[in-house]
Amino acid sequence: MTVRQTETATRGAWDGFRGGLWRDAIDVRDFIQHNYTPYHGDAAFLAGPTERTLAVWKQITDRLPEERAKGVYDIAYDVPAGITAHAPGWIDREKELIVGLQTDAPLKRAIMPNGGWRMVAGALRTYGYPVPPELEKVFTAYRKTHNDGVFDAYTPQILAARRAGIITGLPDAYGRGRIIGDYRRVALYGVDRLIEAKRVEKSQLDDLPQDPARLEEVIREREELAEQIRALGELKAMAEAYGYDLSGPAGTAREAVQWLYFAYLAAVKEQNGAAMSLGRTSTFLDVYLQRDLEAGLLTEEQAQELVDDFVIKLRIVRFLRTPEYDELFSGDPTWVTESIGGVGEDGRPLVTRASFRYLQTLYNLGPAPEPNLTVFWSPRLPRGFKEFCAKVSIDTSGIQYESDELMRPRFGDDTAIACCVSAMPVGRQMQFFGARVNLAKTVLYAINGGRDEVSGAQVGPESGPITGEVLDHGEVVARLDRQLDWLAATYVHALDVIHYMHDKYAYERLEMALHDRDVRRTLACGIAGLAVAADSLSAIRYATVRPVRDDSGLVVDYLVEGEYPAYGNNDDRADAIAVWLVEEFMRKVRKHPTYRGAEHTQSVLTITSNVVYGRKTGNTPDGRRAGEPFSPGANPMNGRDRHGYVAAALSVAKLPYEQAEDGISLTNTVTPDALGRTDEERIANLVGVLDGYTTCRGFHMNVNVLNRDTLLDAMEHPENYPQLTIRVSGYAVNFVRLTREQQLDVVNRTFHDAL
Amino acid sequence: MAETAAPAVTPAGVATRRTVTGMLHSWDLSTGVDGPGTRFVAFLAGCPLRCLYCHNPDTRYLRDGGRTPAEEIVREAAKYTGFIHASGGGATVSGGEPLLQPLFTAELLHRFKHELGLHTALDTSGFLGGRATDALLADTDLVLLDIKSWDRALYRHLTGRELAPTLAFARRLADLGKEVWVRFVLVPHLTDAAENIEGVAAFTASLGNVTRVDVLPFHKLGAAKWRALGLDFTLADTPAPTADQTAAARAVFAAHGLQTV
Repeated sequence: MTVRQTETATRGAWDGFRGGLWRDAIDVRDFIQHNYTPYHGDAAFLAGPTERTLAVWKQITDRLPEERAKGVYDIAYDVPAGITAHAPGWIDREKELIVGLQTDAPLKRAIMPNGGWRMVAGALRTYGYPVPPELEKVFTAYRKTHNDGVFDAYTPQILAARRAGIITGLPDAYGRGRIIGDYRRVALYGVDRLIEAKRVEKSQLDDLPQDPARLEEVIREREELAEQIRALGELKAMAEAYGYDLSGPAGTAREAVQWLYFAYLAAVKEQNGAAMSLGRTSTFLDVYLQRDLEAGLLTEEQAQELVDDFVIKLRIVRFLRTPEYDELFSGDPTWVTESIGGVGEDGRPLVTRASFRYLQTLYNLGPAPEPNLTVFWSPRLPRGFKEFCAKVSIDTSGIQYESDELMRPRFGDDTAIACCVSAMPVGRQMQFFGARVNLAKTVLYAINGGRDEVSGAQVGPESGPITGEVLDHGEVVARLDRQLDWLAATYVHALDVIHYMHDKYAYERLEMALHDRDVRRTLACGIAGLAVAADSLSAIRYATVRPVRDDSGLVVDYLVEGEYPAYGNNDDRADAIAVWLVEEFMRKVRKHPTYRGAEHTQSVLTITSNVVYGRKTGNTPDGRRAGEPFSPGANPMNGRDRHGYVAAALSVAKLPYEQAEDGISLTNTVTPDALGRTDEERIANLVGVLDGYTTCRGFHMNVNVLNRDTLLDAMEHPENYPQLTIRVSGYAVNFVRLTREQQLDVVNRTFHDAL
Repeated sequence: MAETAAPAVTPAGVATRRTVTGMLHSWDLSTGVDGPGTRFVAFLAGCPLRCLYCHNPDTRYLRDGGRTPAEEIVREAAKYTGFIHASGGGATVSGGEPLLQPLFTAELLHRFKHELGLHTALDTSGFLGGRATDALLADTDLVLLDIKSWDRALYRHLTGRELAPTLAFARRLADLGKEVWVRFVLVPHLTDAAENIEGVAAFTASLGNVTRVDVLPFHKLGAAKWRALGLDFTLADTPAPTADQTAAARAVFAAHGLQTV
């Protein structure tokens, strides 16, 4: 089954491809634009799974119950990860069409100590594996990690804010992720050409820098380019161990999938980034699939098999993480996000048959959270594709939608989502992931003069507590301003420290080798608890809120008299407060210098951390009780949106994307009956809802179509629902792998039901 | 009089439209259940019927609503016109029984249609169909007509009212060529007798203007509201129809050549 490149492969590999620019420079977008075949039809052409596909997938699903029970299936505990660290492995060597595993066996997790030794050792202990003393010595005595570096440079202020949970989830002990290598480059050009291009980039830095301000930068870039070139060499060596020569471009569709996958595999062998997203690959690969279909080398069934086999590999990417991490980001997510669809700058939809084939995997292999299938929605997408997306959502809850109309003008039409809602042009932009701050707690700090309402410790700037019997809106807002100033400054600096150290100790060599040298960098800040903060300010303004103090004068509870308009009802009185919070925090974040001159952005996204944030936050003036979960992402608080999900969605759509360019997340859960009475009607209506939301400048929508009873039953009988997938604030999870607390949060969250 | 047109003593025809007010229970956005697509739905308070299976017993009396100027509702609906034009859908006046407040209902339909350019629907039992003026119906693109039973005695048992006005209204809509969706709630042991379903189906098919029939399986999601109001929900032990029973009822309508869901 070994496929070797022949001497003439390069010429043969590009046979039949059109256009020239991409031949002379590394430019995958130009290649796609000249060569892809838009597809305007419906889903009728799709093929089901073959016996081979089902047999390979079964070998995985047979192992999943054990993995779920133990937390991990197996760990390669004694070999630090690297691109070539592990011997090759297979699921079923005879049957697999696309090969390559992170370690030498499926579902066996690697250890990645460069991020931090403590996380590795903690995870090994948690799962009952030995902690190899020689590795412990290497990574504590000889080799400093990212985690060590960060804590050397954190300030006492940052540590206090982190401890209090007002700034949390920071990637200071785990890989930052959210960097998408342009894995397509390996398939289109082969590794040798990419190495050559990197050598040219490096040679451009050979002149001694005259500008002292550039000195460190030039030295760092030279070192990084050397590392990138080394990683590309290792990528070739890794593939060679599987019997493949990646020197030249892929010559067939199967090779294109394999080359691309090997590139991605090298990234996930070395980095356990919080999100290891794939990019925008379906329409790129369709060029190869289409060429082979037209040449009679492939049937539709075989084309689908290649996609199915590839997706099986993406579904079994695993990282070794600790229970604390799982609490934040539950359900073992890897965010292998794949961006599908959208419309090109020339107006042609970027939908191809392969776009359909990727979605078809949710039927052929059953629903699954990974890869995180993300459709770039535009009212201008072809009808057939829209309807298929809606059908897949209704049947599997497996898709998230993001507005192509908001992204394309800013980022161009070769943009992909990293993680959940972070848009970036593939290979040209990356982000420094910054987790998020707790805005609801910040409102409490404003009321308590910077003291933490749970611990009583002075964390924020001291301003003396508010002493009145009734909270005054003007006074609270003035004090909030000061706390937000402090928060933004502390937060941005924490991120500067983290990313300085991540570049130094856990640099993403392979992913960055698949970027242009001069990338645009963003510093991706984030906020959580937006709805709680907005409703709290609304309550203070429109109702009467009396603080309740403990013996030390700390405000620990609130009595709310009267009604107040709540965020999530398309009511400007409340929504304007949420908009103001987003704009104001962004404005304050922008005041602070960033590492490597990154551009400030922010997201309104929580993933599943809304539960942990809520647990760490006391009673709030909106009437929420201490410990109660926040709503996820930019969602309104549970039960406060009283006019249906469209009204709630339009509140969210008011949040200005230009002040939250790292994404604004909305999760909608509806019962099938709330979309219509027949399948056709539900499909047409969901298409309408997505068109409407996009037209009204909504950015992101997770769509779950579920019955509450199904979830309750799955809590009691998880064994019956191994593949039940739900979407939570930007990603999908296996419901039965959530903690019970998170399951309850999902169940209690507003179900939009027709009544 | 629940609805007013200022000054209140002036006959309705003289009043300027802008000042019409009525009793509104609530408003909502819904998809696929109150007419086609995503719709802004105004639920008016008050209903002359006392249906045994009512799932909104909290809208029975005019006092269950708040006095609301039509202007305010139209302003609320206007926030959704961009969405609705993109998604497909419209605005529905529902209840309660909207024709209990015909002036208010007419005002809303008129302004939804002509000011906001929305497709309009009227959700009614038809019992007060005689109060709907031709002008009101001209501003209505679709009538969602709930024909609860064919049997007069059963109708009286179910609703406490007479069937005849609903049938007369249905015929009037047919004469006007107005598009109608008929709704029929299938309640085991109550409306599920073969002759009852057959009767509704034959009558519906004879009209010629009914483009769809919704056979709605009885559910008890409204039972909590009955309890909250201190009312006795007499159907607490009535089961929801099985999927087979619902399919069989739909088949009866379909056999009459009606588009049925």
